[in-house]
Amino acid sequence: MKLTEQEVRYVAGLANLSLTDAEVHKFQADLDEILGHIDRLNEIDTAGVEPMAQVLYPAADTATWRDDREVPPLGTGTALANAPQPGAGYFKVPKVIER
Amino acid sequence: MDLRSLTIATVRQGLLARTFSAVELTREALRFAEAENSSTNAYLRFSPERALHTAARVDERIARGEDPGPLAGVPVAVKDVILTEGVRTTCGSRLLADYIPPYDATAITRLEQAGGVILGKTNCDEFAMGSSNENSAFGPVRNPLDPHRVPGGSSGGSAAALAQGTASLALGSDTGGSVRQPASFCGVVGVTPTYGRVSRYGLTAFASSLDHIGPMARTVRDAAILLGVIAGRDPLDATSAEAPVPDYTKALDGNVNGLKLGLPREYLKDLTSETGDLISAGVETLRRLGCEVRDISLPATGYAVACYYIIATAEASSNLARYDGVRYTFRSRASGTLSGMYRNTRGEGFGAECKRRIMLGTYVLSKGYYDAYYLKAQKVRALIARDFARAFTEVDAIVAPVSPFPAFKLGEKVDDPLQMYLSDIYTITGDLAGIPCMSVPCGKTAAGLPVGLQILARHFDEPNMFRLADAFERAGPIN
Repeated sequence: MKLTEQEVRYVAGLANLSLTDAEVHKFQADLDEILGHIDRLNEIDTAGVEPMAQVLYPAADTATWRDDREVPPLGTGTALANAPQPGAGYFKVPKVIER
Repeated sequence: MDLRSLTIATVRQGLLARTFSAVELTREALRFAEAENSSTNAYLRFSPERALHTAARVDERIARGEDPGPLAGVPVAVKDVILTEGVRTTCGSRLLADYIPPYDATAITRLEQAGGVILGKTNCDEFAMGSSNENSAFGPVRNPLDPHRVPGGSSGGSAAALAQGTASLALGSDTGGSVRQPASFCGVVGVTPTYGRVSRYGLTAFASSLDHIGPMARTVRDAAILLGVIAGRDPLDATSAEAPVPDYTKALDGNVNGLKLGLPREYLKDLTSETGDLISAGVETLRRLGCEVRDISLPATGYAVACYYIIATAEASSNLARYDGVRYTFRSRASGTLSGMYRNTRGEGFGAECKRRIMLGTYVLSKGYYDAYYLKAQKVRALIARDFARAFTEVDAIVAPVSPFPAFKLGEKVDDPLQMYLSDIYTITGDLAGIPCMSVPCGKTAAGLPVGLQILARHFDEPNMFRLADAFERAGPIN
């Protein structure tokens, strides 16, 4: 196994994802198999290759300037319409700091 | 009037000859689609009010003697990852089961301005992650050509609606093949335009360096017209390209004589024999039409799946971080603390495939692994793009299969995520390179399952891609 159960739980913590024990074991096996396949990237020589973070074509086609003009925002009511717990014009969340 | 065979042109003729009004057609199309839907689960919901409102506007324009627009009155299905103001948009996820978007995607605005009538929202894999439509929180879609088989994914509902005849046009989204593969499985046309050709404003983000909105239709001409409507610069999407949008229908001249096509040998290795035979016959057809077909090599192809499943999951783990129980409708009842709310909302809300990809993406970006995985994958991506750039100095377009096999059975691959990922091998390369590519029907297997031929072209060379697909379509079905 490339990946320990402890590592799976650590990654789930980083991702803010609660997993059942069954899920931890399933993902440990799945990720292990997928990472085994991904290992083949070590076969390919990438020395001197610039990483490609974005699709690139001539700059004239991707110029991203736009006029700096004000446009009306959604508005608080609309922005909050899908919130599970809106209140007083804000998104409400459980208490963060205990007094 | 047979709703199953409507095209943009036949709807337009009917409207202008006053054979039917847009409102009458829309009522009929909604009734038909609602009646047929239980056999496929292609639509998650219908939007009759909105559809009838758009149709009424089309009728008003015709009554005033104005041009009703290039998509006037045509029934359209929209994948449920594309935002529609006031019409629930779930992304196939339990997390967004009640989400009502406060604005329209730019593609939606343009489509309706052109007179297109949105009948409803179509089923898809959760957050567009999947190749079979089995990852929807609202049940799988069945392939209209064989109800025991998948329609492909992730735009499975859009492809199934077209094949079933319950829409004449559709929008899908493609990150690794999610438009082309279901188009291939359902025997319809699916287009992944050049990266940046269509604004993604209002497309729910999965992997931002790979995401596309793509047109789907039953004919190449209709797909070309739909792309012409939705393409073009949008100030609301900084990645949308400035390049002017040509009239794609001008390319549909049937003349492909002398076009040079590359057949990449790496794409012919793992095909089932029937798929291989149909693709060979398709290539013969193009040769007969006057194309010069030559063998080419795209040597980095074998690394594409590994490269893709690092980049796509890394970007997804970041994009999906926003579903935290604060803003988007669903919050776990077990939310005593802030961090507990995050973890439990996401643990209860996401389905298995989304969790698997979030885990993989988080892992490859985590401390100590970033260089070995993410940075390495970005370099391999550059090599894949370089393969295509080199090929396009020799050939005008590339032809290949879309999928190694036709539609598989429901449940057949669901327990083997790696096998499911490997089946994307021929479609993810086009997304990684950002080039335009499409699936066009290339005959059926003995069991009646459609197989798609893929055509890939240079950045912004949709005209030659459509020219080839249209000539191929006109040459008639392969037997």
